[in-house]
Amino acid sequence: MNKELYEYVLRMGDDSLILGQRLGEWCGHGPILEEDIALTNVALDILGQARILMDYAGKLTNKKEDEVAFLREEWDYKNVLLVEQPNGDFAQTILRQFFFDAFRLPFFKELQNSKDETLSGLALKAVKETTYHLQHSSNWVIRLGDGTDESHQRLETALEDLWMFTSELFYADEVDTKLVNEGIAVDVNKIKPIWDAKVSEVFAQAKLQIPEEGWMQKGGREGKHTEHLGFLLSEMQYMQRAYPGCEW
Amino acid sequence: MSEIKKEWPLWEVFIRSKQGLSHKHVGSLRAADAKMAIENARDVYTRRSEGISIWVVESVNVHASNPTEQGPMFEPSDDKVYRHPTFYEVPEGVGHM
Repeated sequence: MNKELYEYVLRMGDDSLILGQRLGEWCGHGPILEEDIALTNVALDILGQARILMDYAGKLTNKKEDEVAFLREEWDYKNVLLVEQPNGDFAQTILRQFFFDAFRLPFFKELQNSKDETLSGLALKAVKETTYHLQHSSNWVIRLGDGTDESHQRLETALEDLWMFTSELFYADEVDTKLVNEGIAVDVNKIKPIWDAKVSEVFAQAKLQIPEEGWMQKGGREGKHTEHLGFLLSEMQYMQRAYPGCEW
Repeated sequence: MSEIKKEWPLWEVFIRSKQGLSHKHVGSLRAADAKMAIENARDVYTRRSEGISIWVVESVNVHASNPTEQGPMFEPSDDKVYRHPTFYEVPEGVGHM
């Protein structure tokens, strides 16, 4: 088995899986009907991406997609801490989404050139989906930031809570180095300036200040998570744990 | 001070399902402005690949005929069958007639 590739696929797949699950929690609870559907559309796109990656991780280890997705322990999940943060209010959800989309779009654009056909194929499909996600989340950040006093304040609060989780998006270690050299993985150092520019552009319109350099959280890529992931997993894994192998 | 409206305006949504066909009214939704109305229409009305083009019109801009005037408005045409092109044979292979 290609250990690095498995690790890489899991990191990407867990980002999608956990964020998809989080967004799914909005189903039936959106602020308005139209947005409820919009958020769950995004959730389904992201879950679709997760499925391709879980399936691929399964093929690399002779497991089924569901086993990879649902039957690991908390410390075996390699998603960034950002995506497991609770939905909070709508501002919190939208800002989390914006930070993630602004990373994922340039990331998938690069991944289209991957020598790994599963990954380049996924990227081709995901670029279109993510282009829309980013448009949707950027528009909302601007509307809330440049909206009423209350919407601006809520977005400020979300920014205070989430900013420290953003630099982990650009985490890279020897797994990345090896796969970048093989032409499989994306060099996240190339993505950072694109992300910075997008955040500056949208924040300027949303009348938000980019926070000063401060303490940045990390740990998700090594399986060290915030207290929120366990609760999410217990709900997400319930069916497969209670009814092993169940399908519908 | 004017009172702040709590509800977004209503919009009528028109979707064209494929090239060559016209936009068809599919329903309505609420949105703060035209940009949001188009995005919401995309999310609410094209999830099952229903369309390739969307029009939105704010509902206040749609002016309608008066239902109580149905008689004078529409009945005079009922007895003028010669206005229908039913006396022609449509050649085979012509669609959308």
